[in-house]
Amino acid sequence: MSDWPLLSLATFLPLVGAGFIFLFAQGGDAAADRNAKLVALMTTVLTFLVSLVIWANFDNGTADFQFVESHAWLGGDINYHMGVDGISMLFVVLTAFLMPICILASWTSITMRVREYMIAFLLLECMMIGVFCALDFVLFYLFFEGGLIPMFLIIGVWGGARRVYSSFKFFLYTLLGSVLLLLALIFMYFEAGTTDIPTLMAHGFTAEAQTWLWLAFFASFAVKMPMWPVHTWLPDAHVEAPTAGSVILAGVLLKMGGYGFLRFSLPMLPLASDLFVPLIFTLSVVAVIYTSLVALMQEDMKKLIAYSSVAHMGFVTIGIFTFNTQGIEGGIFQMLSHGIVSAALFLCVGVIYDRIHSRDIARYGGLVNRMPIYAFAFMVFMLASVGLPGTAGFVGEILILVGVYQVNTWVAALAALGVILGAAYMLWLYRRTVFGQLEKDDLKQITDMDAREIAVFAPLIVLAILMGIFPGPFLDVMHVSVDHLIQQYQTAIQAAADGATQLAANHSAAQ
Amino acid sequence: MTFAHDYAVAAPEIFLAIASMVLLMIGVYRGNGATRLLSWLAVLCFAITLAMVLQADPVSNVSFAGMYVADSFTAFTKALVLIASAAGLIMSLGYIKEEGMNRFEYPVLFVLATLGMLMMISANDLIALYMGIELQSLALYVIAAFKRDSLRSTEAGLKYFVLGALSSGMLLYGCSLIYGFTGATGFDAIAKFMEGREQASIGLIVGIVFMCAGLAFKVSAVPFHMWTPDVYEGAPTPVTAFFAIAPKVAALALFMRALIVPFLAVSADWQQIIIVISVASMLLGAFAAIWQDNIKRLMAYSSIGHVGFALIGLAAGSAEGVRGVLIYLAIYVAMNIGTFACILCMRRKTGMVENISDLSGLSKTNPLMALALAIFMFSMAGIPPLGGFFGKFYVFIAAVNAELYALAVIGVLASVVGAFYYLRIIKVMYFDDAAEPFEGPMSLEMRAIIGLCGVFVVFFAFYTAPFVASAQIAAAALIP
Repeated sequence: MSDWPLLSLATFLPLVGAGFIFLFAQGGDAAADRNAKLVALMTTVLTFLVSLVIWANFDNGTADFQFVESHAWLGGDINYHMGVDGISMLFVVLTAFLMPICILASWTSITMRVREYMIAFLLLECMMIGVFCALDFVLFYLFFEGGLIPMFLIIGVWGGARRVYSSFKFFLYTLLGSVLLLLALIFMYFEAGTTDIPTLMAHGFTAEAQTWLWLAFFASFAVKMPMWPVHTWLPDAHVEAPTAGSVILAGVLLKMGGYGFLRFSLPMLPLASDLFVPLIFTLSVVAVIYTSLVALMQEDMKKLIAYSSVAHMGFVTIGIFTFNTQGIEGGIFQMLSHGIVSAALFLCVGVIYDRIHSRDIARYGGLVNRMPIYAFAFMVFMLASVGLPGTAGFVGEILILVGVYQVNTWVAALAALGVILGAAYMLWLYRRTVFGQLEKDDLKQITDMDAREIAVFAPLIVLAILMGIFPGPFLDVMHVSVDHLIQQYQTAIQAAADGATQLAANHSAAQ
Repeated sequence: MTFAHDYAVAAPEIFLAIASMVLLMIGVYRGNGATRLLSWLAVLCFAITLAMVLQADPVSNVSFAGMYVADSFTAFTKALVLIASAAGLIMSLGYIKEEGMNRFEYPVLFVLATLGMLMMISANDLIALYMGIELQSLALYVIAAFKRDSLRSTEAGLKYFVLGALSSGMLLYGCSLIYGFTGATGFDAIAKFMEGREQASIGLIVGIVFMCAGLAFKVSAVPFHMWTPDVYEGAPTPVTAFFAIAPKVAALALFMRALIVPFLAVSADWQQIIIVISVASMLLGAFAAIWQDNIKRLMAYSSIGHVGFALIGLAAGSAEGVRGVLIYLAIYVAMNIGTFACILCMRRKTGMVENISDLSGLSKTNPLMALALAIFMFSMAGIPPLGGFFGKFYVFIAAVNAELYALAVIGVLASVVGAFYYLRIIKVMYFDDAAEPFEGPMSLEMRAIIGLCGVFVVFFAFYTAPFVASAQIAAAALIP
């Protein structure tokens, strides 16, 4: 089993499914649409199974890359190189897990151009899994940017009223960040003679080059993350995207930024990462507090959750740049749990949007009377988002807070303030929509979740709670890799410090 | 150098010259009814010439006392020109019939223009260079005005002619200065003269500047681009397609040889010129296209932008840069052929339409054409994993390696601005409501061309390596 190219299989299986739909589900009638949906569902489920096989065969005891595949590709030391370690593997599983849910969630809400919709999602899945598996920088960039095309179309074709504006903003914002990454990539290619990620990690760039490269990386990953103040594309994109598009945006695309910091900025540019910690902390704290306040004032449910995503991602960046085990593991865990929880929250919005066609918070109230199952599902995810102990959200937040407390108590205190604000806006949202009097006429007729919707939510609820009370299996996967990363980082910092003392000593000796 | 050797080196061009005369004769005797036959014969001639070019000895072969050269660089670019010309001619078939341009001179002029381009590519001497350019240009002036009852077409032809003559004048003036200050017209002889000199004399620099101005006109680089939008808009659409592709390749190939072979020693002197026109072209191409409503005009600005990107490679002045330009050109040819084939299918009962808004909702009325056009647009915007990305990637590699960081940064930012208007076309096709569908069905040859170009662009990532390798060999012929 282990000599199978499992990663390529997981990456390109969706592409095969997309090709299948493109070639065979023609005709444009209801039968073709149904076939397209079935093929998409089967492909994504199959991909998820492959990802589970990857997890099952994953060795937690080593920081090396596993399931490595390498083939000659562009020549000149740019190769097709795939592999995962403890940092990336769970993201592959997360992506593969969310995709069937997205397909199921779109089962009835998408009625127009179903075939193209499914193809776009499968293409997107291919690109997203590729991002987390790529061990060559050019290959990574290919997947990283390629994902823009299907997402642009998903927002633009199947989105809401202001979809054109939002899709353009999404595309151009992200592209602007990414092209600088491309130049940084090319520069590294010349410095190190290769674009192989493991080799680049060991290369050791000069301090000055690191600063510039770090800024270029930052431009790309900060937009993708998104960090304040370059987050403004996110609320627009979320609001206009169809439900499944929002799920993928929140669940996976946002994680690419954090993954980028972990895979590139920290190991390749340790000195610059160290240098820019104050910048990251400042922006993150602003994100946590400011966007929480903004979220408090939102009248649109999707926008509120979008702003809460920005705040949660602020936690992630704080965690990553603490450079200690708790912080980084907390950051990764937070990304995973946010991937589940915020994805589920968007699905919750989707459920009532499909019925009432409004995202206005004021439009709802008293849903618990008609929709008890829905109210329960929403409550679980709302509490998980708040970070209630026993849910997925708690583990990540507490680890990050513990991690950052060792580094900077002020940041820890301010971040904790964000936790309180987070509770405020989520609970208020829940109170305004689910509780209260059932007054509106159409809400009195609203139906509770049907079997398909329950099937969509059940695995998410199980995971949100399981990750909260039993985080061990997830943390074990990343533990060795994170330790290795920190060790690499400390060695580099130490070497630079030694170099400086050496230099100073030489200097004084010369005098 | 024997007589036989000289002719062996120039065999493809000699064949094409004879073929053009034969085609002309057939046309004269059989009249306008033979246009379709002549066109296919011309395509056949292009194919034979292509085979001859590719068969030829890949070692650098200089003939006619150094005036003429055939090596792997010329083979690569000639192959592109021949493919582009053949595609341009095939794409014209339906159009010239519908629009009353069905005259036998049309394919013959195509062959003559192509012959001129091949000679430009092989020119290794200022005089040979001028001869190739003029043969090409004269044929192109006529083709631009070929729809002679149309005011726009004649205006385009005249504009092209007047401005083309002006640029030829500048080019000649530059050539004469270069001759005056180096005492030679052959590129190799000039290179020998320049050997060991760190700086060109002022007079020589003036000569180089004038030559660059003339050549920049031919590739429509800013600030010598003014004719491009008008000529592109006015000329019959298949002619525009041809203009956008084949002459650009030939002129850029010539541009590279004329600067690199003789003046590599003083590359610092001309690099600044190229950097300036490259930056100006990229920025103008990106910003001016935003406000265009006519798709042919938009493509004109897009081609100005693309030339700007290609010139980044020349500005690097290295083998890597030349390699980047060659890869860029190859992908550019494929993207443009495909795009123009789509534009040529924009036909309603009232005739050809060429506004971007006419494309609205194309994804519903003709999903395959919309898909193809969307692929070309994403590719032109340089989004991976499509071909256009690799073109940009390799020129930026050259720029970064030559430490032209500012140029590279401006380049990538311009590509983001440029992405906006390519996206706008996709938006019109996919996000807007459907307009009246185009007249169908698309002819078989159009579908074949669009399909081939689409496949080439989409799957470029899979055969990049052999492609880059051949471009590298070609570049090595120019800069050993």
